[in-house]
Amino acid sequence: MFNDPVMLSRILTGLTLGFHIIFATVGVGVPLMVLVAEYIGIKRNDQHYILMARRWTRGYIVTVAVGVVTGTAIGLQLSLLWPSLMQVAGQTIALPLFMETFAFFFEAIFLGIYLYTWDRFKNPWLHWLIGIPVAIGATASAFFITTVNSFMNSPEGFKIVNGALTEIEPLKAMFNTATPTKVSHVIVSAYLTVAFILAAIAAFHLLRKKALSAAEVTYHKKGLRLTVIAGLIFAFSTALIGDFSGKYLAKYQPEKLAAAEWHFETTDEAELIFGGYLDEQADGSYEIKGALKVPYALSILAGGAPSTEVIGLNEFAKEDQAPLFVHYFFDLMVSIGMYLAAISALFVIAFRLKRLNPYNKWILRGIFIGGPLAVLSIEAGWMYAEIGRQPWTLYGIMRTADAATTSTHVGPMLILFSLLYLLLGTVSSVVLIRMFKNNPAGKELAEAHHTRGEAMFADDKK
Amino acid sequence: MDVQTLGITVLWTFLYGYLVVASIDFGAGFYAFYSKYTKRDHLTNKLIFRYLSPVWEVTNVFFVFFFVGLVGFFPDTAYYYGTALLVPASIVLVLIAIRGSFYAFANYGSNDSMFYTFLYGATGLLIPAAMSTTLTISQGGFMRKTEETVTFLGTKLFTNFYSWTVVLLAVVSVLYISAMFLLYYADKAKDDPARDLVRKWALFWSGPTILACALVFFGLKNQAAWHYENILNGNWWWFAASFVFFVIAVTLVYLKKNYGLAFLAVMAQYAVAWFGYGYTHLPYILYPYIDINKAVVNETMATALVVVFIFGLLLLIPALYLILRLFLFDNDYVSGKHSKKA
Repeated sequence: MFNDPVMLSRILTGLTLGFHIIFATVGVGVPLMVLVAEYIGIKRNDQHYILMARRWTRGYIVTVAVGVVTGTAIGLQLSLLWPSLMQVAGQTIALPLFMETFAFFFEAIFLGIYLYTWDRFKNPWLHWLIGIPVAIGATASAFFITTVNSFMNSPEGFKIVNGALTEIEPLKAMFNTATPTKVSHVIVSAYLTVAFILAAIAAFHLLRKKALSAAEVTYHKKGLRLTVIAGLIFAFSTALIGDFSGKYLAKYQPEKLAAAEWHFETTDEAELIFGGYLDEQADGSYEIKGALKVPYALSILAGGAPSTEVIGLNEFAKEDQAPLFVHYFFDLMVSIGMYLAAISALFVIAFRLKRLNPYNKWILRGIFIGGPLAVLSIEAGWMYAEIGRQPWTLYGIMRTADAATTSTHVGPMLILFSLLYLLLGTVSSVVLIRMFKNNPAGKELAEAHHTRGEAMFADDKK
Repeated sequence: MDVQTLGITVLWTFLYGYLVVASIDFGAGFYAFYSKYTKRDHLTNKLIFRYLSPVWEVTNVFFVFFFVGLVGFFPDTAYYYGTALLVPASIVLVLIAIRGSFYAFANYGSNDSMFYTFLYGATGLLIPAAMSTTLTISQGGFMRKTEETVTFLGTKLFTNFYSWTVVLLAVVSVLYISAMFLLYYADKAKDDPARDLVRKWALFWSGPTILACALVFFGLKNQAAWHYENILNGNWWWFAASFVFFVIAVTLVYLKKNYGLAFLAVMAQYAVAWFGYGYTHLPYILYPYIDINKAVVNETMATALVVVFIFGLLLLIPALYLILRLFLFDNDYVSGKHSKKA
């Protein structure tokens, strides 16, 4: 394996992307949440929300740094590890790649301004306005870069005549059939993940309530409420868009859906398979064992009705099938998504009903594990999307094996980058934890209280 | 102007932008470490970080913009440079990653670590050194092409004298450009002790800079005769003009006059040399494999890229102007009156 540039390039690209998307997801979602918190803070003149926006931003900047450098790495690695792919991509989808850097530029400029102008303007709305281009830039880069990925799943907007690309239509390549579902799913699930990461932080603090002052409890409760409500909205939007994505796959990439669902025979009234394992028979076919089977659900997912015919894997040649283990990634992604919807719904219902305590220890624990689970779900979703289109890098056009570099040095580079991500992952976690541990919210609340010299926090008894 | 000339001009301009802002950044990182090491950081480092903090991300985008644009306009570059440069480019990426993230860890992570500053300073000199080798490679002679693949002749580059003179020029230029900028910034902040210190740095690095320029210029004759010919063939005046701007800049600094104008002269010095170098490098993007006239992307995509580029500039220029207004040309900010961060 160590002298197989194709496999090594796949591992290295997967490693870089897998590491990058954690920070990229945070980068897409946090500016939006900051904007919402600052808005509420200014509108209600509530210093808690302003402080929340500030503290989130402060953590955000550390993740942005890692996101920027790993993003630069993947940007250049595309050409280094997949030179033949990029030769084609350059012809067809250079446009969104180019636009993504503009969006990133835009975000970078305004983020710099946003960070250093908290106390600079008399009118607080001016500072809030500067946050808007940051949030727009963050989401726009996700938008553009995902259209590139959509193109790889659904290459359109060009013709191949005698091996040469002709009649290129850049906009058609960018807004291909996969674009609407992919882009919206990526963006909304990033918002969802960030809402849950921030909710997990608030829940973590509320779980060790005894160590908190009354003001801190109020602060974290406000944070929890805001993020869980946002999480609920995004969880349901993600599920809805996920359903559209399923219908897209059934129609345009049926073998990807079939691989995820271990759906071998083309049938209507298809059942959805959850969990389980495959037992290979003597004749090379598989038997599914130990799985939970939901009748009709796959047909409903694929076409909205039990009568929908779902194309099975057996219709495809073996060399065109994705590895069957993607089933587990799909299951993991979907079940975490449902869990997040359920726990945030439970919190909001408890909060509305008043008979249940929304800050119940078990609900808080449930929200707390939602943060890491959401990140895990993002990883699983990406692995499903990427490994699920193997053996193609450009679906139906270019096989992964033909796109990879022929260089013999990928192995040492894989080691080099692994060490780099280990270093960055460790140090950024240490820095982030230390940053907030050494400067808890209560300390800042008290400082604000003293410098203002007003009884802004009536509940601050510490 | 045909579309490929327009494309390469746009990209070259962005690379020039990167050269200036990144040099300031790279050099400043080294100076920040050096002053800390020699216990003079109380003099300079507040000033350095006041400038760097709001712009460090922007610097990186110039670079990303360049390589994304290059692959967009000239997809063949992805094939040749991509295959050949795996190892050197990966090393640059690792250095950039360490530098960028440790800058943030040191500055926002409330950890004033000497080790972080060291990483930041050291990578600041290694990155331009490593990047500048790409310029040498583009002049030809360091790649072998066969039917299946393109191989990079790393040992040949490593043992090549000319290649080292380019590295030297890159490193001293970074220190020179950065010192010239910091001098202007310190003067604007009315920070006299810092100004006197960085003025010494600026003058000190001007000598090696011009020596390295001369070495590279004459080394070119042996290394890439085709390029040298192009320069002598009626294009030598770019470099003469560059030298004139150099003399203006150093004279102003020596006479302690108008540091703003001196920095503009430094920018002009590098601008004419850079564009002269680029112009005489044409029509090759990679000698002799990538010819600009044959490697260009199809017409439709090129037009789309140019249109987007123009719209992009309409967004970027006001934004860049705003950030300069707030952090570079705002006297209160420069002198530290608004320095409170989030």
